[in-house]
Amino acid sequence: MAIEDDVLVIGGGLAGATAALAAADAAPDVRVRLVTYKQSTLRHASGLIDILGYAPDSPEEGPLVDPFDALSDLPEGHPYERVGSDAVREALAFFDDVAGDAYAGDHTDANALVPTHGGTVKPTARYPVSTADGLASDDRDALLVGFETLPDFEAPLAAAHLEAAGAPFSARGATIPFPGVVRDDAKVTRYAHLLDQDETVTTGAGETGAREALATTVAERLGDESRVGFPAVLGDEHAAEVRADLAAALGADVFEVPMGPPSLPGMRLEDLLYDALEEAGVRVTSGVPVIDYETAEADAVAADGGSGGDRIERVVVDRNGTEIPYRADQYVLATGGLVGKGVRSERERVFEPIFDCHVPHAADRYDWFVDDVFGDQPYARFGLASDRELRPLDADDEPEFSNLRAAGAVLGGYDFAAEKSGAGVSLATGYVAGTRAGEEAE
Amino acid sequence: MSDAEQPTDDHVPGAEEEEFEPIQVFPEAEEMDLRPGADNCYKCSTCDTNCPVAEVDDEFPGPKFQGPEQWRLKRQDDHDIDDSVMKCSNCMRCDSACPSEVPLSQMHNTARGEYVEEQMDTFSREYLRNRILANYRRLAPLAAAFPRTANFVMGLSVTKWMGEKLLGITSERDFPEFATETFREWWTKRGGAKVENPDKRIAYFHGCYSNYNTPEVAKALVRVYEHFGYEIMVPDQSCSGTPMFANGMLEDARRAAETNVRELAAALEDGADIVASCSSCSMSLRQEYPELFDFENTESVAENTWDAVEYLRVHEDLEGELEGRSVDGDEFDDFAYHAPCHSRNQGLDGQTIEVLSVIDGIEAHDVGDSCSGISGTYGWKEENYETSMKIGEEMFEHMDAADAETGLTECPTCSMQMEHGTGYEIKHTLEVLEAALVGSGSAASGRREAG
Ligand SMILES: Cc1cc2nc3c(=O)[nH]c(=O)nc-3n(C[C@H](O)[C@H](O)[C@H](O)COP(=O)(O)OP(=O)(O)OC[C@H]3O[C@@H](n4cnc5c(N)ncnc54)[C@H](O)[C@@H]3O)c2cc1C
Ligand code: SF4
Ligand code: SF4
Repeated sequence: MAIEDDVLVIGGGLAGATAALAAADAAPDVRVRLVTYKQSTLRHASGLIDILGYAPDSPEEGPLVDPFDALSDLPEGHPYERVGSDAVREALAFFDDVAGDAYAGDHTDANALVPTHGGTVKPTARYPVSTADGLASDDRDALLVGFETLPDFEAPLAAAHLEAAGAPFSARGATIPFPGVVRDDAKVTRYAHLLDQDETVTTGAGETGAREALATTVAERLGDESRVGFPAVLGDEHAAEVRADLAAALGADVFEVPMGPPSLPGMRLEDLLYDALEEAGVRVTSGVPVIDYETAEADAVAADGGSGGDRIERVVVDRNGTEIPYRADQYVLATGGLVGKGVRSERERVFEPIFDCHVPHAADRYDWFVDDVFGDQPYARFGLASDRELRPLDADDEPEFSNLRAAGAVLGGYDFAAEKSGAGVSLATGYVAGTRAGEEAE
Repeated sequence: MSDAEQPTDDHVPGAEEEEFEPIQVFPEAEEMDLRPGADNCYKCSTCDTNCPVAEVDDEFPGPKFQGPEQWRLKRQDDHDIDDSVMKCSNCMRCDSACPSEVPLSQMHNTARGEYVEEQMDTFSREYLRNRILANYRRLAPLAAAFPRTANFVMGLSVTKWMGEKLLGITSERDFPEFATETFREWWTKRGGAKVENPDKRIAYFHGCYSNYNTPEVAKALVRVYEHFGYEIMVPDQSCSGTPMFANGMLEDARRAAETNVRELAAALEDGADIVASCSSCSMSLRQEYPELFDFENTESVAENTWDAVEYLRVHEDLEGELEGRSVDGDEFDDFAYHAPCHSRNQGLDGQTIEVLSVIDGIEAHDVGDSCSGISGTYGWKEENYETSMKIGEEMFEHMDAADAETGLTECPTCSMQMEHGTGYEIKHTLEVLEAALVGSGSAASGRREAG
């Protein structure tokens, strides 16, 4: 026996979650499972959904106004080129549906400009509602508030940067103690929890709920500004309520400035996706890796060789040392890139560890990078090559397996960090891979 | 196997790495070399965002500090272990969070062991209290011999008051009741296994709690497995060691583990696989033993240990067998299900919901991914009680909101916390399976058998 499903998605980041949701949506009768190992890069990511912020071949021209406009110019092999621009739009619409009113930005094709914790602005297609009142295109003056115990956001510096970058409003920064937090290295979850549960804290003004205490401290610094920006730690489960309470107490709109990792907006997006998975009846197995596979002949093919049948029969999940077989009809590989460990490197080679799918790369490791750290790094594009169905291709451009598709950062041919396309590629390819897998499993 | 044992960051997770010799930790725990694991840490802080203690306790510096940072500090100069390591609840959430496979809980267990050995006064109240809590199993036989007296005495407010004043055991909680007949007594009286089957054999690791406190869970396992034609062995066993790891009592844990590995390995020789009904017990056998010990057969015991429900899913058509069955009686209606941290870490968090969903008329509602907060002996300590309840708050809220009046979980201490926080009665998944497969009628006859 094995654990049996129709579609099995491997990897639970943005790409995997989207693929599983899309499969369940395309074929409501098929049984979909998602198996994932460690936590995904969503916990590091800002929670912003970038489609394309800069043109890959001419980043110096600055942020793109309309990312969709630029899609047709992408080079062959780029994941967007593989799936086509219609699929990118469909995927985004699918995401809008899943995210509901937790995300904004769907009223226009143009990129929004969201201020970041460093005081720069970032072009992005969709953004959490918590950041909506902070957009740089908005001309209302803003007060940015930082916390003494949270050195990653220097509010006065960020404000100065924003002004220097030509923001159409004046920004001012203030640094305050966060009521209830004493540790100078308190976790972001600690701030969020205090506000979420509105825990009682003691300040100079006596004992009050954390929300009120925070609002009181900020109110003393607020001038004429009609909006106030905080680092993105304003609650977790009850984030909307926290923001609303603060706004009411301050008489000003409240927004969050996305922070570096670890990131609460990323965690909230993760929660949103996993709630959607539960809602859609997708079965989720997490905390355990897929380590191997067997082909239809049922003879184990070691990940590093063997003849390789063309159809995957089942995969092997490692449960703390015990090997558990999982069987499905269609598989989606969404294990991430070098960070997510879907692609790994050794001194001699770059490889995909589960199915040993071909990863195109130069034979000489000195050709994997260029000396200029800001240069166009070949390793940033490492990943699987695929056909238009997103089936990974072997060295001869033939599909590795007939029932395996790949999505997200495990794919090669794009540099998400340079072109600001990480979440968009995960969505688009996850959507296409999942939809096809669902249709074929039906 | 963790990176500490296989110092490379590009191995395939979980793949064979047999060339590697595990390190003997004892008697000099501090010699264990965890540095390669520490070097894998790129300070992304993902672990910190998963730590339920750091989320509510301003004094706890979090897993990244407790693990790789402390380890690095220690290697550089003669740093003592920071006493905050005793505030870690051993939920092991940080382990499954780390994208870089840093063996965090192994580092914490080792650091705690060293802290207790070198920095804790063995005459202190704290040490005595922790030792008592960690070695609950040593007291349990006594209480089990006079269960009614023990339950009576433990329930007295004066006992609780003394527990708090003398030992620092919180008076807020009710001590778990001892069963009038232990599982092993029942098993012996019944004449052991009712099914003989050389091809289908399991060795049951029942652990302490289902032996002394909730034998109905252990009996449910027996009936469910016999329903599928398994011959059940109940080897001699000691505590799994979980409470000892959590209290830094590594010597006690080692003694217990040695017995368990020896007895369970013998059962493997007899052709049995090992199954456990408690998620912390299976976690301990599967992960902590090979991380911390290298008795002969530690690895094979770990590799052949299973969660009781998972074993049936893989070896039998459990869901097919449950299909279309229903359960009589109000006590089996809808459940508010909490996945214990130690199930979650084994990738078993979705399992109960999946399996029970095929039974007619029963639904298990997942109450979310928060930790229950009690973490074994952690929430029993006076100084942790408040933290423990703050962590549990989210679970209590979700249980209240769920469409169910009965709780469900596979961890005995989580079930104490669930009951304590909501007043719900709590069941174990195996009890629901028993009711569906064998019928509540036989559960009643089981009780008669027991009586
Ligand atoms: C620091 C950082 C900041 C970023 N900021 C942004 C941003 O602002 N905007 C944006 O659009 N994008 C951003 N990105 C990029 C974006 O997050 C990723 O490109 C995208 O989310 C990748 O998603 P994924 O699902 O392909 O992979 P991942 O998120 O890496 O998920 C892969 C998952 O697969 C699992 N896995 C791996 N191996 C196995 C196995 N053997 N078995 C089972 N599971 C396995 C992993 O544990 C992981 O959970 C950022 C990325 C990083 C690292
Ligand atoms: S084991 Fe749990 S309590 Fe301890 S550091 Fe890790 S996450 Fe925190
Ligand atoms: S999650 Fe792992 S890599 Fe990240 S800070 Fe924690 S130990 Fe280091």
